[in-house]
Amino acid sequence: MEDDAPVIYGLEFQARALTSQTAESDAIRFLVGTQSLKFDNQIHIIDFDDENNIISKSVLQHQAGEIWHISASPADKAVLATCYNKTSESRVVTCGAVWRMPPEWESGSHESPDDPHNSHNPQNLELLCHLDNSSHGNASCVLWEPMGDGKHVISLADNHALLWDLTESSTQATISSSATLEGKGQLKFTAGKWSPHHNCTQLATANDTAIRGWDLRTMSQIYCIENAHGQLVRDLDFNPNKQYYLASCGDDCKVKFWDVRNINEPVKNLEEHSHWVWSVRYNHSHDQLVLTGSSDSRVILSNMVSISSEPFGHLVDDDDLSDGEDNHQDEKTKEPLQDSIISTYEEHEDSVYAVEWSSADPWLFASLSYDGRLVINRVPRALKYHILL
Amino acid sequence: MDGDICATATATTPPDSDPTRKRRVHGMLKLYYGLNEEGKTVDQAESMNPCDINGTHFDPEVYLNKLRRECSLGELMDQESCMVKQIRSLDSDMQTLVYENYNKFISATDTIRKMKNDFKKMEDEMDCLSTNMAAITEFSAHISGTLQDQHAQITKLSGVHTLLRKLQFLFELPARLNKCLELQAYSQAVSSHRRARCVLQQYSHMPSFRGIQDDCNAIMDKLAQELRQKFRDGGSSAKDLSECVELLLQLDEPAEELCDKFLIHAQSRLEANLRGLEAELRPPLSSGPTSVIDPSIGPARRLSAAPTAGSPADPTFPGNPFLSPSSRTDILEFIDRGCNEFVSSLCLAIASYQELFVNRPQEGNLASKNIPHMAIGKLHAFVDALATCYFSLVERRIQEEKSVGDNSLLVRALDRFHRRLQAVAKLLPGSAVPSQGTEIVVRAARERIKQYLAALQSFYLDSLRDVRQALAAPRLGGSSAGGGSHLAGPATGKDAPASLPELLSSLSASILNQIKSVLASVHLFTAKDITFSNKPYFKGEFCSQGVRESLVVNFIKFVCQSSRQFCESAGDRGGSTPPALLLLLSRLCLNYETSTITYILTLTDEQFLVQHRSPVTAVAALCGEAREAAQKLLNHYVKVQGLIISQMLRKSVETRDWVNTIEPRNVRAVMKRVVEDTTSIDVQVGLLYEEGVRKAHSSDSSKRTFSVYSGSRQQTRYAPSYTPSAAMDTNLLSNIQKLFSERIDIFSPVEFNKVSVLTGIIKISLKTFLECVRLRTFGRYGLQQIQVDCNYLQMYLWRFVSDENLVHFLLDEIVGSTAHRCLDPAPMEQSVIEVICERG
Repeated sequence: MEDDAPVIYGLEFQARALTSQTAESDAIRFLVGTQSLKFDNQIHIIDFDDENNIISKSVLQHQAGEIWHISASPADKAVLATCYNKTSESRVVTCGAVWRMPPEWESGSHESPDDPHNSHNPQNLELLCHLDNSSHGNASCVLWEPMGDGKHVISLADNHALLWDLTESSTQATISSSATLEGKGQLKFTAGKWSPHHNCTQLATANDTAIRGWDLRTMSQIYCIENAHGQLVRDLDFNPNKQYYLASCGDDCKVKFWDVRNINEPVKNLEEHSHWVWSVRYNHSHDQLVLTGSSDSRVILSNMVSISSEPFGHLVDDDDLSDGEDNHQDEKTKEPLQDSIISTYEEHEDSVYAVEWSSADPWLFASLSYDGRLVINRVPRALKYHILL
Repeated sequence: MDGDICATATATTPPDSDPTRKRRVHGMLKLYYGLNEEGKTVDQAESMNPCDINGTHFDPEVYLNKLRRECSLGELMDQESCMVKQIRSLDSDMQTLVYENYNKFISATDTIRKMKNDFKKMEDEMDCLSTNMAAITEFSAHISGTLQDQHAQITKLSGVHTLLRKLQFLFELPARLNKCLELQAYSQAVSSHRRARCVLQQYSHMPSFRGIQDDCNAIMDKLAQELRQKFRDGGSSAKDLSECVELLLQLDEPAEELCDKFLIHAQSRLEANLRGLEAELRPPLSSGPTSVIDPSIGPARRLSAAPTAGSPADPTFPGNPFLSPSSRTDILEFIDRGCNEFVSSLCLAIASYQELFVNRPQEGNLASKNIPHMAIGKLHAFVDALATCYFSLVERRIQEEKSVGDNSLLVRALDRFHRRLQAVAKLLPGSAVPSQGTEIVVRAARERIKQYLAALQSFYLDSLRDVRQALAAPRLGGSSAGGGSHLAGPATGKDAPASLPELLSSLSASILNQIKSVLASVHLFTAKDITFSNKPYFKGEFCSQGVRESLVVNFIKFVCQSSRQFCESAGDRGGSTPPALLLLLSRLCLNYETSTITYILTLTDEQFLVQHRSPVTAVAALCGEAREAAQKLLNHYVKVQGLIISQMLRKSVETRDWVNTIEPRNVRAVMKRVVEDTTSIDVQVGLLYEEGVRKAHSSDSSKRTFSVYSGSRQQTRYAPSYTPSAAMDTNLLSNIQKLFSERIDIFSPVEFNKVSVLTGIIKISLKTFLECVRLRTFGRYGLQQIQVDCNYLQMYLWRFVSDENLVHFLLDEIVGSTAHRCLDPAPMEQSVIEVICERG
């Protein structure tokens, strides 16, 4: 079973921000935000044609500044939020804003990516609203309410978590509530994740070596995992199927899996990277598949069966399975469960700061390294069939 | 042939000896008469010659003719005269013989005649004798007939006499028994009674005998009572006691009851001994095991405690565990006392019991009752019960023996304990007591090994604590002194590392010594003069499983494990372990891997002649474990040290406003600190690890140029920033270039040498620097400051690493990334940078 070769796409600029287009469930589409201090920054819309193995791109101008974080609205394909640096007279401020893609961008996507006309006459993003946070400091990320109607976002700014209501077709943003992390020293949220469980009432944030959980109804802290990592925590992700399970990664080269009901010990430790781990992502459908990206330039796909929601393999829920296949299923449940590294992807030459699963195809993911290289990879077929059958 | 020899013998015999001469004469006569075979043989020899005058075939005619023909006249004359002479002598010889024989014949005739007369006389005498005998026979029969009646009467009278004597004995019996009782001549009484008993029994239907019997029985009951009393009192000697028992047995006392009584009696004495022993023990805590013997132990202990009332352990502070009395005697004394009192008493009891009940010659109806069988059974139960108590006491005492200081005392005590039990084994073959005793010894030995392991472990941890303190103490002084100095250099490095090798050697030496002394202590268990050393357990399992596996191997494993724990526990929770300790332990584990483990195990195997019957841990496996631990420790050391420097760098990058910084005047202090720390780490590692290999330095390693524009990599790498028109091409170029440069693993395992360790630390630090720079935005002077800093780092760091290109590469990346993140990338002149760096 030959696996398809990875597909590589190069950006002209350095880049850190990557997201899949969350609201899009048919096309495999990723959004990449660039970082450049001298030129107009861009948002690259990468479309991947799985059958023909072809990438097509569209470029939108993001003139406000270099993009540090990007996230797509779960409700409206055309809406996205970015955190960007605004440099003005020896001051660098990071702001958040919600944007709408111009409706015409899709027409350009049919053109060849090499068409100079397309890349040199990009269209601009349409600003919907600023998440004005002048009083709250630098925004580190903007989080959409998972599976929501695209009316709520949370932005993390320094030591504040701000819950915004977007009204009037997202052109108005008002702070509905906020939480502030108090403590000695300069506290700063480095990462956050809005939990898709509990009716989307929980938020997890990372600052320095600690992970905190927040209840959004009262904007109060629920739990705090002090010293979750030996060094800085870089990223978090919730298990999409198990409500108390949380993955974190950080500068101690480790990926840790937590059950937030028992915060004293991680459920599982992964120590495969040889430098800081910048990003960790659960697969949206099969939560045993965990993707991590690190500044050792590697992307690692792990199979964490033992702590997944399918510890005994995929449950048979299709009615049309024959008896023979049922038997096969029985055999499979008896197989010992082994957490393992599925694959290490070494296509990157520079630090990988972002990895993301496609929202349309659960077997496909993209990773982005600082030098602007986007690599699209697939889960090995053998494993895919093993999970499916 | 025979004849020949005889003939020649006769012929050659010299004539001077008389007997031979006589024989010769006889021979001649025989010849003459032709009596003998000799003659024949001679004849045969000479028969053919008719001229032989002595031959049988002599023919005078022939002879004469021959003479006449052959001889002259003279010769004939001579022959004739000679012949005449011979004839004459022969005649005289014949005459003599005839005369002699005649005389003999005459005397023989006389003798025969005389004999004839004598026989006649004898015949007459014999006839007379026979008549006399007949007369005597007749008389005798007569007398016999007369005396017949009287003899019968006498016999009857004699019978009556005997009966009367017996009766007299019976009538006198009560009185006699009484007297015996008074005189305490019990045995006499019993034997008298036994003699009379059957008779009395038989004639008990007669009133008179009945009376006697009753009297006797009453007396005997009294006697038995007295005997029992005596038996019960127990004060009497063993001989008395045995006599007592024998008499009682003869009196048909039930043997079982006697056995029981005897045993109960012995038990009380033995239990007194046990109580004495228990009093020696530390009084059991209220929650602890209750007294083995009985509740009356309380007063007994109090009594025995009275002499030591001066000790602080007195009733005034009964609840204070600190003041609770430790054992008043050492274990040897305790066991001694146990042996001397309990075991010897037990042996004595067994011996006398066996004497009394088991080994007695069986007589009469007693034999049928199979007393020995019953008695042995009781004895076993008795001994087992008491031995159990004794053993539990001994075990309690052994368990109190926690201090591992002097093993010889324990071994000697156990030896004595075991040796004395052999006496029981000899006395009571088939008893479980000796084997139980051996088990106790085995258990004690096992326990001991465990204790030694614990002691070794705690010793190791204590040593580590000492090392930690030794490391911490001068470190404080060193860092405060070195903090102010500007690039102190290796010479004035911190004080602590100077003593690292000494610490290491003293640590490993003290551990080794401790192991050796423990081995020596444990070795006592297998000494030749210890009785239990030849038990199979001590020959096999104790050596291999006990000493080698449980003690030595487990200790080595513990060392590795505890070392590994330093990596794990300290890793996440803020690194409480001082890095120097990690380094030291790593070297320790490495030393273990290379030599110490082999040495220790060889030593053990030699001392204990370990026969590897059961599978044991291989040396290689242990070495592997040690190496793994060493590797882990060293990796962790690199991580920790790298983290310390990383943190400095990160803080320095994160907390500064790089956009609005001023023009660089000098190298930032944090860089100096980084170099200083690296230098001191280098010194520290160099104390314990070898230099290692590094690639050849270029001639001007410290003078490398960092230029944003002239750097070969940067130009192509980040070209898009400056030449946007050729974006795709340059991107491709940079990627191609990257294909040829090796990927750098930042947190990769290090080798066991200084250069590798330092390379690891510097890699981690610089990578952190790079990642932090990428997260910031710089102004013009920010970039220039980074240029200065990197140049400074380049000047000093290249010498520490295995491949200076690594430092170049990482510093290149840092400067390049900074330039890229710079709002106004106007780099500083290289010459200015160098001036600033040299100024310091």
